[in-house]
Amino acid sequence: MDVNNLNDMMIDILGEIGNIGSGNAVTALANMLSKRVDMNVPQVKILEFNEVATLLGGEENLVVGIYLDLDEEIRGNIMFMLDIESAINLSNMLLNREDTVEKLDDMAISALSEVGNILASSYVNSLSALTGLKITVSVPSLAIDMAGAILSVPAIQFGYIADQVLFIETVFKEGDNTVKGNLFLLPDMNSFKKILSSLGVL
Amino acid sequence: MKVIKVGMADLNVIKAPGILTTLGLGSCVGIALYDKHNKVAGLAHIMLPSSKEIQNNENKAKFADTGIDLLIEKMIIEGAKKDFLIAKIAGGAQMFSFNKDNSILKIGERNVQATKRKLSELNIKIISEDTGGNYGRTIELNAEDGSLLVKTIGHGVKII
Repeated sequence: MDVNNLNDMMIDILGEIGNIGSGNAVTALANMLSKRVDMNVPQVKILEFNEVATLLGGEENLVVGIYLDLDEEIRGNIMFMLDIESAINLSNMLLNREDTVEKLDDMAISALSEVGNILASSYVNSLSALTGLKITVSVPSLAIDMAGAILSVPAIQFGYIADQVLFIETVFKEGDNTVKGNLFLLPDMNSFKKILSSLGVL
Repeated sequence: MKVIKVGMADLNVIKAPGILTTLGLGSCVGIALYDKHNKVAGLAHIMLPSSKEIQNNENKAKFADTGIDLLIEKMIIEGAKKDFLIAKIAGGAQMFSFNKDNSILKIGERNVQATKRKLSELNIKIISEDTGGNYGRTIELNAEDGSLLVKTIGHGVKII
């Protein structure tokens, strides 16, 4: 199976998987914050390596990335990315702190990692329920750095098999618009095949 | 001055005056080659160690081995001489850390090793490097003097 050979129906189905998975994830986030969280319709995107880092405001934009490995019957990873201001705002909300904290300290990093954990787990649980496939999620790892450098990690994973990156992107924002982020689901190509055949598409 | 951006899995060559830059290198490696006599500079942004490990290897600029070969070919067309080439390398970070061994996450280190191996096979000396760590880098190669500027977030700026 090739990234270029996906037909419209396959892409629609992947989008729907993203919709259900990130819907659950965003609900979990809303519960955690006791605030409204909106999300867009998830997009299935196929980008050239060059274009990947133009997401999220360009290669050098300072962002926070929380990365989790998926294993067992579906492999790949989930990334949760926020620009730095959103990350600070979100950690302040989670820790009930005043908005005076301007840097991400250890407490904030730990809180954000936990959010990544909860978002990824709710995403993956619904994916697992939908497909009947067993999926485990690793502990989260967090990096604060240039968007290009962080996105190079999933890009390289696709580099082994393709010249493009295929992912399902969900943009979400908290009701007052102080927190905006992206959730990326990046299963490897074999897992795409498994997902589609578990749903009777392949 | 002319500034050419080199993207992920891409490479380019310039004759002075001018700058080649690649932004936000993570686990990828930026390979800067320079011929000071002819003032020809080349920069590759490779993603993977070897074209031989995988089937889909049409994009030569994606791999350390074929990327360096192609970069040298293009530099020679611009007037560089292979015997004059020196190298500087940057990148190869491990952006995320996990307890378990994961070869995908160690890819930065493997990219650096493969780059060094290939350059040594070609007898191209590495003058300086800024590799490893857990942070991203933006690099700028100046074709006038071969200096390589390395910028980071929170880990300083230096010229190597």
